Amino acid sequence: MNIPRPSLAVYLMANEDAPALAEAAVRGGATVIELGIPYSDPLADGTTIQRAAQAALDAGITPERALELLAEINDRVDVPLVPMTYGAIVESYGLEDFCRDAAKAGAEALIVADIPPEESGPLRDAAAAEGVDLIHLVAPTSRPERIESAAAASTGFVYLVAAVGVTGARENLDPRVAELLELTRGAAGDTPILGGFGVSTRAHVEGLIAAGTDGAIVGSAAIDAIERGGAEALEELVRDLAAGLPS
Amino acid sequence: MSSTDTAQHGTPADAYPPDDMGRWGEFGGRFVPETVMAALDELEAGMNEAFADPAFHAELALLARDFVGRPTPLYLAERLTEDVGGARIWLKREDLAHTGAHKINNALGQAVIAKRLGKQRIVAETGAGQHGVATATACARFGLKAVVYMGEEDMRRQRPNVVRMKMLGAEVIPVTNGAGTLKDALNDAIRDWIANVEDTHYLIGTAAGPHPYPYLVRRLQAVIGEESRGQMLDRAGRLPDAVVACVGGGSNAIGIFHSFRDDPVRLIGVEAGGTGGALHARSLSGGKVSILHGSRSYVLCDDDGQVVETHSISAGLDYPGVGPEHAYLHATGRAEFIGATDDESLVAFDRLCHLEGIIPALETSHALVIAERIARDLGPSGDVLVGLSGRGDKDVDQIAARRGIE
Ligand SMILES: Cc1ncc(COP(=O)(O)O)c(C=O)c1O
Repeated sequence: MNIPRPSLAVYLMANEDAPALAEAAVRGGATVIELGIPYSDPLADGTTIQRAAQAALDAGITPERALELLAEINDRVDVPLVPMTYGAIVESYGLEDFCRDAAKAGAEALIVADIPPEESGPLRDAAAAEGVDLIHLVAPTSRPERIESAAAASTGFVYLVAAVGVTGARENLDPRVAELLELTRGAAGDTPILGGFGVSTRAHVEGLIAAGTDGAIVGSAAIDAIERGGAEALEELVRDLAAGLPS
Repeated sequence: MSSTDTAQHGTPADAYPPDDMGRWGEFGGRFVPETVMAALDELEAGMNEAFADPAFHAELALLARDFVGRPTPLYLAERLTEDVGGARIWLKREDLAHTGAHKINNALGQAVIAKRLGKQRIVAETGAGQHGVATATACARFGLKAVVYMGEEDMRRQRPNVVRMKMLGAEVIPVTNGAGTLKDALNDAIRDWIANVEDTHYLIGTAAGPHPYPYLVRRLQAVIGEESRGQMLDRAGRLPDAVVACVGGGSNAIGIFHSFRDDPVRLIGVEAGGTGGALHARSLSGGKVSILHGSRSYVLCDDDGQVVETHSISAGLDYPGVGPEHAYLHATGRAEFIGATDDESLVAFDRLCHLEGIIPALETSHALVIAERIARDLGPSGDVLVGLSGRGDKDVDQIAARRGIE
């Protein structure tokens, strides 16, 4: 996967509105779309994404349907697509089957929030067989050895967790981002690094860029915007955040 | 009676450790967000240091004796035995431990480790409230801040324990997600831990979760089996034919099973059979291999991996997962797992009240259902050891309402 530098990745929950929302996000300036495949017990997620996942499950969104929606998004926008989900979902689907179907639907990379590098061997093989990148996370609490292995094992981009905690819009990002980034950069080589968790304002995006990342990921704030004002509010938010990227 | 040294001591608490990946066979591991991986490494190192430190064992032994009241008695339930008309039924009285259940063994051990790691804040989940009370107690004893997540439904059905936790100074946070039961409380406790991992220890209440928790909890609960194995040899002059314990996440069961791993003794775990139909919490006898709360084990989930709704009259067994070491014992056939329904458990509850003058917890009543059945099958020459994991004080409101007791 090749993402532009700088990049703004927008996370959407898989639901029937997702294709139209993805179009709105890309109009606003999104350069990557992450699509959440809902899971009943999303440990890494705060209340916003939990609620969105539960609503999607209540509306009958299965992993199969989520991948169909991904394919629809792929028909409608021309940016890299990255499904994001949990281990129970990909393992129940079958790792090989999941990676094959995701690749067919247009996925270029994959994020599984609760499969850390040491547990990811079989998934990495299944993804590599389909030419799908596997993205790992590095966090402010990660020790240097872990940062190195996670960054080195990531292809596509490295997901830099910019706040200690679960997902959710926040006032302030973690002050250790710059330090974390330096260690990550050393191990990531040419692989881009995007910062996420808590990103909700243009100042956050500017802060992440100033720290030296290749861009930002916005999730909960995007879902909050959609709940507030649908595609229009999403496009507006993304345009505002994208203005924080250097041109 | 053959009382060689090995027969006296049974399987050592540190035998059968998980492998380097924290797994027994394919079960266990660490399936958690990156943010807490470092805390698990730190906990694993702290656990290994503590278990290698005689001062840690001495501290726990003193607490066990003077604070918890260990060893807990082994009691021959004579009238129950006579009424069933089969094997002798022996009760390992964890209900007599301080705070009323086995949960205190784990809570104190982890609190001491948390202190050694310099953590000042403890977060825990609770279902029946027994682990919440044990955690609140351990935190009061060590001057730590306790935050306990509890499902709203469980707060309603186990109200006495909510009051106890608050009296002990814990903050109790109601969980409204999902069905408002134990699984949802674990989710929110883990999310709190992720957000506060740098100063907070997650004190899980059962032998589940990411490595090293299942091993840590088993080692802290193995005292139940160590004591009861010696007590059986002393009192019955032989090992039991079967050991029976209820299984929620599996901490009291793994604790009483462990010392008997290498003996010719049947190990029988009893899961919540719920209504006897589709609504139950039989993760091992009715689930499939998946990932839940940080480890690979048997989970009650649908074909997509979504966790399904469970039901049990007993809040402590109403959980769709189970600890990974039990998954391994199940997959290898070393232990058997059987369901007992709500109704059967209520009958066993009454029988222990009326025949022995002991009010058991509803969780524990599930074990009694199967213990009676096994005792009957074994006949008079046999011995059955039951983990009497807790007392039923917490259940009196629920039972009174069902029975119309005023
Ligand atoms: C008395 C009692 N027994 C058993 C359990 C089930 O837990 P575990 O399977 O970890 O022993 C509980 C949990 O709340 C309990 O309170």
